[in-house]
Parts: sequence; structure tokens; C-alpha cells
Amino acid sequence: MAELTFREAVAAGIAQEMERDTTVYFIGEDVAAAGGVFKATVGLLDRFGAERVRDTPISEQAIVGAAMGAAMTGLRPIVEIMFSDFLATCWDMIANQVAKTRYMTDGQVSLPLVIRTANGGGSRFGAQHSQSLENWAMAVPGLKVVAPSTPADAKGLLAAAIRDPDPVLFFEQKSLYGIRGEVPDGEHVDSLGTARVLRSGKDCTIVALAAMVPRAMAAAAELDGIGINAIVVDVRCLVPLDTRTILGEVSKTGRLFTVEENPRLCGWGAEIASIVAEECFDDLDGPIVRITTPHVPLPAAQSMEDEAMPTVARIVDTVKGAMR
Amino acid sequence: MASIDEKTRLRLYQVMVELRDFEQRAYELFVENLIRGTSHLALGQEAIAAGCAVAMRNDDYTFCTYRGHGHTLARGASMAAAIGELLGRSNGMLHGKGGSMHLTDVTHGAMGSYAIVGAHLPIAAGAAWSAQARKSGQVAVCFFGDGTTNIGAFHEALNLAVVWKLPVVFVCENNRYMEYTPIESVTAVAHPAADRAAAYGLEPILVDGNDADVMYETAARTIGHARSGGGPSLVEALTYRHGGHSRGDPASYRPKEEVSDWLSRDPVKQYRQRLASTGIDDGTLTKIEEASRRKVDVATDEARKAPPARIEDIESQVWSDGGSAWRN
Repeated sequence: MAELTFREAVAAGIAQEMERDTTVYFIGEDVAAAGGVFKATVGLLDRFGAERVRDTPISEQAIVGAAMGAAMTGLRPIVEIMFSDFLATCWDMIANQVAKTRYMTDGQVSLPLVIRTANGGGSRFGAQHSQSLENWAMAVPGLKVVAPSTPADAKGLLAAAIRDPDPVLFFEQKSLYGIRGEVPDGEHVDSLGTARVLRSGKDCTIVALAAMVPRAMAAAAELDGIGINAIVVDVRCLVPLDTRTILGEVSKTGRLFTVEENPRLCGWGAEIASIVAEECFDDLDGPIVRITTPHVPLPAAQSMEDEAMPTVARIVDTVKGAMR
Repeated sequence: MASIDEKTRLRLYQVMVELRDFEQRAYELFVENLIRGTSHLALGQEAIAAGCAVAMRNDDYTFCTYRGHGHTLARGASMAAAIGELLGRSNGMLHGKGGSMHLTDVTHGAMGSYAIVGAHLPIAAGAAWSAQARKSGQVAVCFFGDGTTNIGAFHEALNLAVVWKLPVVFVCENNRYMEYTPIESVTAVAHPAADRAAAYGLEPILVDGNDADVMYETAARTIGHARSGGGPSLVEALTYRHGGHSRGDPASYRPKEEVSDWLSRDPVKQYRQRLASTGIDDGTLTKIEEASRRKVDVATDEARKAPPARIEDIESQVWSDGGSAWRN
């Protein structure tokens, strides 16, 4: 086991797959010579050369469109969209073209491509560089959606996404880039569509994603202190969704809390709440409670942004209040 | 045009006649109310599809728009499967999942018909990037309308294609109207593609899109340039659609004199005259025309007899495993 930062783990995941498969190419804005604005792709240009690691113009439609055309014809491209907010500038490519072309052609083409993007708040960047947009992708049939919370998962799930034969949107929560964690040595490939139970408990089940996972874990530690014993599940992948694990862990406690960075409406937790309500209603001992950012664009100022996103204190207070 | 041999010219004529007959049949099937939804016919624009397709190598890629029946068929796609798709039948090219605007036949290099204006230009550039990376020698040819030149993806794709020197030929079919609006009334320059070529360091290429020989030679030259590593080209081919933008458009916004002027330059009729004037006997041309009508009739019969698209397929082929599962 080596200790890597999340950003080093991203680069390691890309490198592992580029080494293994010569059809893997990587393009994006500032990704080659500059190593990415979040420094998550440092060293790839030197290692794999300018043919396979390429800087692009600021042309998100061209970046995603080119990846699609290349994926249709024999490459396995990885692209970086610098901030997930910029997905809006190429959403036609993603939602209308990448997501639908396999279905519309009844399987004549496969689209093995990965769109990596820096996602989420906590960096005081304001509402156009801080959104948590996994839900946009989750709402479109034909896209797989991954959002890791640890360096090991960043590498392993990214490798799995690159090997996947279908399009994957890979959300890297930007406040996680600096965190450190153990990453398995040698080849590390995880499985999409698998949630992970991070701690067991008997009183309630907290389900979280990406940067909300460490907060849920911190909240669970505090809740222990007041006698509330929480299971924490890291969802890791929204599509495919590991409903089996989630339903199983909710059934054990009878209470479900979701911790979502996204604004309230139509967050991924709403879909999970709906599934749980439909499929294990009889196991529930109380209402499902969603902890989200309020339904506002994310403000920039530190004092506002920190309070807008779910905090450890808010998770603790909400769970405590609901479990009373 | 003496450089084009007789065999190629007869092939160009045959493709144009087949595309014309197919689109006429599609129109008749609308009138019969057998085709639901919408459809965008390319009657009058056959010389572009034929000229380019005949100049392409079998493994080259075609990317086209929702007005894409002709471009798809010109690559050799099955006519019965095309009609079946228009009729929503199980024998359809996409088994009912795409419809008129999305005809695709990857086995013949027809990489898709794209219904969002401009989207396929970057995608075609991507296929060209792949060909370049794989050193396959393939070229992507991307067809689009005049209206596409005013959308961002056009400019993003052109710029990237030039910067990366990609083997792609962009062919603007300027039929003078973006949907219902005259293109010159909404465009900063007179020639929406050719006048923009300089912005990307490309040669302006403005050609008669109703002349199959001109289109063939233009395609052969630009495709050859791309194949030899010379990078992309941008072609503007002047043409005219004989009908409206789509099924529900009678095109009454077009001046009568303009319509009759362009009808007098019908690409199929004028090519027939040219072939006849160069000594090709009438019997040869008639044989091509009769064979085309038979081909369309046989295809229509096959499609009409096919059962409706299968409801069992609704949830298939979202993913490469053939299914659509989003959870366990």
C-alpha cells in the first residue's frame, strides 16, 4: 500500500490504463503540458507523449464530440471537463449524443469513453464553479455516473470506468483532491455499481456520496457519543446503483438519512428515498430524511458556502432530532 | 470533367436516381399517412450525396444530419431497412428506435444521422482523430446544412480539425434556407461556409452542388488531401431542396421564380442530359431508372409486410451488455 493524494490517485488510474491499453487517449483543457488546473494529470504527457495526452482549445463541445467520434471508431478516450459546471456548455453532446446513440442505433455502436470532471463546492468559487451535478447525469438514460470519496476509489473506479464499454461521467469532488489515503499497490481495478459499507451500526443508516462521505463518517463518530449508532454507506456510483446494499443496510436499522451536496430538488437521495419507500417500507421505523444544500445557487463567501453545504453539525443535529 | 470515366459517371447517375426514387416514395408514404412523426427529404440535393459517396473509400465515414436518407443509402445501406425504419417496422435499420432522423448503418460507414444542428461536426472530427491515431487512412466526411454554420459546434469542430490536422471533409449543403428562413437574412456573410473558411486558414471552396461531376471531383480532391495527411477541408455546395424543410412545410415562403429556376437545374435531369450528350445510349440510362424503381418497390413491399417494431426491444441496447439495467 502506498499513500497517495486523491489527485495523484486520479493520475495513477489514468496511467495504469494507458499503460495497459494503447487505445486509451486523454484530452482536455490544460491537461497535458500544465498537468491539469487541479494537478490531477501531472506527468501523463511526459510518460505517454503528445499523441496520446493532448491539450485542447476551450471548446467543450469539440472535446466531448471528438471523444464520442473516437469512441465509436476504436479508441477509448478519456476527456477532462475542467469544472463540472462547464458540462452545461456541452450538454447536447453528453445528453443527446453520447447517451442516446447506442440506443437509437439499436446497438450498432458502443461508446467506451470517460468524462472526468471537477465537481462540487467548498472552494469559494461561486455558483458557476461549484455545482454538484451528478444528478443531471443520473437523469439521462445511457450514462453511468461515478463519484469516489477516497484516493483508492478514485484510482480503482476510474480504472473500471475506463475499461467499461459504456460512457461514464466521473465526478471528482474538488475539495477531495488534497486528501491522502492508502491505495493498493500494483494494478487496482474496482467495480462500478458497488456501494461500500464503511461502518456498521444498529440505529440508523446514513447514505452519502463523494465529499459528503467523510462528513457522514465524522457525524457518525459524534453520534456514537450520544448513543446513536449509525451505519454509513458510501454510494460511490449512482448509475448503476447498488440498491441491494442500500436496501439491506436500511433494513438493518429502519431509518434512512441521505447526505447530498446537491441542491434539494431531484437530488440522488430522492431516488434512493423513493426506492426504499417502495421496496422496504415495512422495515422503516420513521420518515426518511434528506440532508442537502438548500435549493439555491451556491454562494461564494466562506461563511455562506460552509453553512449552505451539509455540515457535520447539521448531519448530527438532523439525525439527533429525527431519532428523538 | 473528361477525367471521370464512364463507369463512375453511370454509378453517379444510378445513385442519384435511387436517392430520388427513394425520397419520392417516402413522400408518397407520408401522403398515405404510413409515416408518422416527421421526415426531412433531400429531393433536389442528390448530387452532393452521390458525388461524395462515390468518391469515398468503403471504410470511410459518413456523418450526416436528420436530412440523411440519401447520405445513408448512398453508402450502400439497405433500402428496405430504411423504409422499414420510416414506417416503424421491425425490419427497420434501427429496429424502430431511431426513426427517419437517425438512419445509421455502421457496416457501410454511415456513422449516423444527427438531429441536433451542429452536433455531428465535432463527432466527425473525433472519428477523424481516431483514424489519424490508428493510422488507418480513413477519412470522415461530414454533411450539414447552411444553418449549421451559425452554431458554436461548427466553429469548435473546424478549429479543432485544423489544429489537429484531422482527415475530415466538412460539406455544407447550402440549400439557401435554414428551415423556413433565408440563410442570407440571418448570416453575416454571403457564403455561410466558404466565407468562413479563411477564419480557419482553409481555402474557400464554393461549388455547384447540383452538378454530380463537380461534386465527385471536389470530393475526390478534398478526401485525397485529407487521406494524404493534408488535413481538413470545408466545402460549400450550392443546392436547393425541391420541397419544404420537413413533412409539415409546404415551403410557400419561397418565391415562385426562384423555385422554377432551381427546378430547371434539377441535378438528376441535367446529369441525364449530360450523359446522353456524351454518347451514352438511352437504353443504358433507362435500364438504370427501371432497376431503381424496382429496387424501391421491392424495398417498400418488404417494409410494408414487416411487423411493427417489437415492444420487447424497448428496454434493450442502452448498454453494451444489450440491456438497460441501472440498478441491481
